[in-house]
Amino acid sequence: MVDTDSLLADALQAIGVAKEEAALDALRVQYLGKKGSFTALLKALGQMPPEKRPAAGEEINAAKTELQSALELRKAALVRASLDAKLSSEKIDITLPGRRQNFGGLHPLSITIDRITDIFQSAGYDVAVGPEIEDDYHNFEALNIPAHHPARAMHDTFYVNPCTVLRTHTSPVQVRVMESGEAPFKMICPGRVYRCDSDLTHTPMFHQVEGLLIDEEVTFADLKGTVVSFLQAFFETDLPVRFRPSYFPFTEPSAEADMGCVACGGRGCRICGNTGWLEVMGCGMVHPKVLEMSNVDTSKYKGFAFGMGVERLAMLRYDVGDLRTYFENDIRFLQQFN
Amino acid sequence: MKFSELWLKELIDHQMSSENLVESFTMAGLEVDGIVPVAREFSGVIVAEVTKVQPHPDADKLSLCEVSDGTHSFQVVCGAPNVKIGMKAPFAKLGARIDIPGEDKPFTIKAAKLRGIESNGMLCSAEELGLEEKSEGLLSLPKYMKVGEDIRKELNLEDKIIELDLTPNRGDCLGMIGLARELGVLTRANVKKYEISPARVEISDELPITISAKDSCPRYLGRVIKNINLNSVSPYWLQEKLRRSGLRSVDPIVDVTNFVLIELGQPMHAFDFGKLIGGIDVRMATDGEKLTLLDGKEIVLNPEVLVIADNEKPVAMAGIMGGLKTAVTDSTRDVYLECAYFAPLAIAGKARLFGMQTDASHRYERGVDYTLQSRAMERATELLLEIVGGTPGPITEAVGNLPKATTVELRFQSVKEVLGIEMDSDEIQDIISRLGFSVIETNKKVLTVEVPPYRFDVSIEVDLIEELARIYGYNNIPETRGVGQQLLSPTIEAQVPLRRIRYQLVALGYQEVVTYAFIDPTLSRVVLGSDGGTIPLQNPISEDMSLMRSSLLPGLISAYQYNSNRQRNRLRLFETGLVFSQSDNEIQQTPMIGGLISGQRNPENWTNKKEVGDFYDIKGDVEVLLSLKGQSMGIRFVAAERSGFHPGQCARIEDMQGNEIGHLGALHPAAAIQLGIESTVYIFELLQAAAELSEIPRATELSKYPEVSRDLAIVIDEFVSSSAILAMVEDKAGEFLVGSRIFDVYQGDAVLKGKKSIALGLTWQHPSRTLSDEEVNAIISSCIKELQEQFNASLRN
Repeated sequence: MVDTDSLLADALQAIGVAKEEAALDALRVQYLGKKGSFTALLKALGQMPPEKRPAAGEEINAAKTELQSALELRKAALVRASLDAKLSSEKIDITLPGRRQNFGGLHPLSITIDRITDIFQSAGYDVAVGPEIEDDYHNFEALNIPAHHPARAMHDTFYVNPCTVLRTHTSPVQVRVMESGEAPFKMICPGRVYRCDSDLTHTPMFHQVEGLLIDEEVTFADLKGTVVSFLQAFFETDLPVRFRPSYFPFTEPSAEADMGCVACGGRGCRICGNTGWLEVMGCGMVHPKVLEMSNVDTSKYKGFAFGMGVERLAMLRYDVGDLRTYFENDIRFLQQFN
Repeated sequence: MKFSELWLKELIDHQMSSENLVESFTMAGLEVDGIVPVAREFSGVIVAEVTKVQPHPDADKLSLCEVSDGTHSFQVVCGAPNVKIGMKAPFAKLGARIDIPGEDKPFTIKAAKLRGIESNGMLCSAEELGLEEKSEGLLSLPKYMKVGEDIRKELNLEDKIIELDLTPNRGDCLGMIGLARELGVLTRANVKKYEISPARVEISDELPITISAKDSCPRYLGRVIKNINLNSVSPYWLQEKLRRSGLRSVDPIVDVTNFVLIELGQPMHAFDFGKLIGGIDVRMATDGEKLTLLDGKEIVLNPEVLVIADNEKPVAMAGIMGGLKTAVTDSTRDVYLECAYFAPLAIAGKARLFGMQTDASHRYERGVDYTLQSRAMERATELLLEIVGGTPGPITEAVGNLPKATTVELRFQSVKEVLGIEMDSDEIQDIISRLGFSVIETNKKVLTVEVPPYRFDVSIEVDLIEELARIYGYNNIPETRGVGQQLLSPTIEAQVPLRRIRYQLVALGYQEVVTYAFIDPTLSRVVLGSDGGTIPLQNPISEDMSLMRSSLLPGLISAYQYNSNRQRNRLRLFETGLVFSQSDNEIQQTPMIGGLISGQRNPENWTNKKEVGDFYDIKGDVEVLLSLKGQSMGIRFVAAERSGFHPGQCARIEDMQGNEIGHLGALHPAAAIQLGIESTVYIFELLQAAAELSEIPRATELSKYPEVSRDLAIVIDEFVSSSAILAMVEDKAGEFLVGSRIFDVYQGDAVLKGKKSIALGLTWQHPSRTLSDEEVNAIISSCIKELQEQFNASLRN
């Protein structure tokens, strides 16, 4: 008959070398199962002299307990080892780039128009749009530029037919807004405009944003305040702005707004032609004839209008050197704004 | 308008630096375009006399000269062909320094040997002193100049040329006296007055003047001057004043009329008196009348054009240009001077109509002082008699309908209302009178003034207010924010903002482009087929920018080509904007959204297979865009054939009502070959309005009962469209169908040739109870039955 000690020793050794949970289960059955070796030992106690039974029984039970705990320990160790193996086999190079789609991007002129729009919308301006092929009346006549007016020479106009043009500015949209609505008006109009001119500093198509505010008490001082606060908001800095008398047939008084050069801080550089100033906006109080032609009651209302070139503002904001790059659509240029 | 700073100083007492002068003009609305010195910086150059000229012994083109500075004589080698004994010329003595453009240090004149002969100084040309861009030979100086004097002093070279970019309203500043007057107002400096005494009339010759066009020609003055000597040349001061005003010296007659033009702003013209027949008539041209102008161009006149005619023929386009036949020539002995006031509207635009722009028309169309003519005539006479001699006749003046002086009322209250500043009535009156307006009447509320005859831009109250603001200083007006009415506009929620659509395209990997709205008609034809309904420009910049785009696609394809030529092969581009077409003379301008993809489906990545994108990629993007409209805005894709598109890969996009809202597909391979495009390009275009049209979402209660799903796989003919199958099943599947999709399409060995298998996933849910298997099975059976009947479909095992 096998003695308890050697049986325990064999069992512990077998547990110690077991590599899998299944092997441990088999060992449990082999030693502790209903037909297992230790169960057989306990059953065999009956054949022992009665005075030896308690001591032998105690010895067998102690061995069983030891065996049980050895099994559990070994099992825990195996679970841990297998998890470790899994984790280490699943290790990846987290520095490789992620799997993804590329983002596209907006054109810098769109970005600029969006910014201008956001600034004015936050002050309660509506956004209006209008046709790009425009009739002579809205592009010129209704803006106090009759046929043969010398100011027409300032607009190199593309013609579709003798009385239809590509709009030379976004100002006709103010006329359309005033014609079709009731004062007060407070709106901006961004859009494409066209002039028959193409060289280093002119493209035959470019973008303007026009602004119009018509109300009961509006002054030139309010216009100045609006233009200054817009430019400071757009460039996010308290840059200086000056106003020079100018001439537009559709405003009186008319002004050009110059802002301190953002490139040199007003000291004078190539970009500002050594003047320290950059011409950025034309503006003025809407001419009474323009209001009258669009059926606005001039005894009650007056207002101001302003217009700016989007390409120019974007050039100053984003350091774009050559106007023509806007329309070449070279992806490498455009992606710089993504 | 270009002018000499020194000339202006002759007319007004001011002590301003050039910088301050420029600043004053600029801030008064006379924009300064440029300011350049009349000569280079140099020193040590004097007036010298050439006393001896002999050929250089060893060089054909060089001369050996003796040059005197009045006390000493210098041996100088000179290469100028016009050097001759007795001439006076600028002489740079040894040690003279001359600035060279683009060089840091001035050039210093040193003794040098030229072909073996010592040269002690340099005789200079106008170009070398920076007086002219380009010149031939030495600058020949007038005889009266004193030998040995510093040339800068003798030629008045401490002067600058100022160029003004005048706005069309300031015709009054297109002459020196106008500029002086303006500067006087701005600075309160004293404007010099000078009187011209009328010339002594020595002969009685004159021409009868008729003004037939009385509104167009309110005043016409003529004068005969006989026996002039055209061999004389204009004096140096006159030539130099003209040069500094941007005009070349031609001959004394032209020079004098040009001088008066610049000095007074009054255009004049001189005819050869001997070639005028009968008298002068200022009239409208008759239809088809011809006139050859001074520049040699023959034009055909029409009754819109004002002409000066003699008894037989038109002799000048009034206010624009004289005729060639009656022009002053070398053999002219007697001249007829014209000095007129033509109404701006009679001249405006006429020159441009004939593709011309002259100094005269530029001034007339902006308005010339209508009281100036006799002064100008006397001034020209005075100068001509001085230079070319001759005997003047009397001035003949004819008058048409002279303009009446404009009066304008200014309500003091308006100044504050428009400008937002308080100005007291004394200050207002002071500014207004300094500007030359005369006060007719004033009371506590209103000031009535008469506009001076040179201010064509002032006719209503705000014009006066602008003048007040200008002189007060725009920059002295405060910046305020105003208190307007609060305007809150509704935001339209049932509309997808264009900005959201653009951002979605960006998220899908598209790059926005901005292309010209005028395109190459050839490209348009290749991509879009016929030219029908397109809009050409009458005056395009060039042929390849001559057609208004009727679609965004040609522009996108151009942008694609530009980038693919630069090795950018995976491209996704989009643009939004108007497209243009016309039918029955009605022009349509429709906002569109267009896109283009080409190249690999996914950006190159270590995880990817390099699959090339196809129709379903661009269609997926379009579906995503259209899904922004909201869930129940149904959209259909219908197989279509369209010019420029692959006939088997082109879809028309329709809304629920069957209206076309866009299209997409592959560029036709034949078009691609014509355009030299090697990759397959997929394009789409959507009506912006349709893509924006949306609805306000309405929430419904969610069902608490379980969903039931079934898959259904059928085999059908390969050309039956999947949308037809899906539509039929959705129709048959009853009101509790909540989801349907195609999850597999198969063609291959496991189905018969010419057939395909389509697998549908269907889901039902009842709002208030659990659906039973029997109910769903019954639905499935009816679907299968219908599929068999309509499409000859069979269940796939």
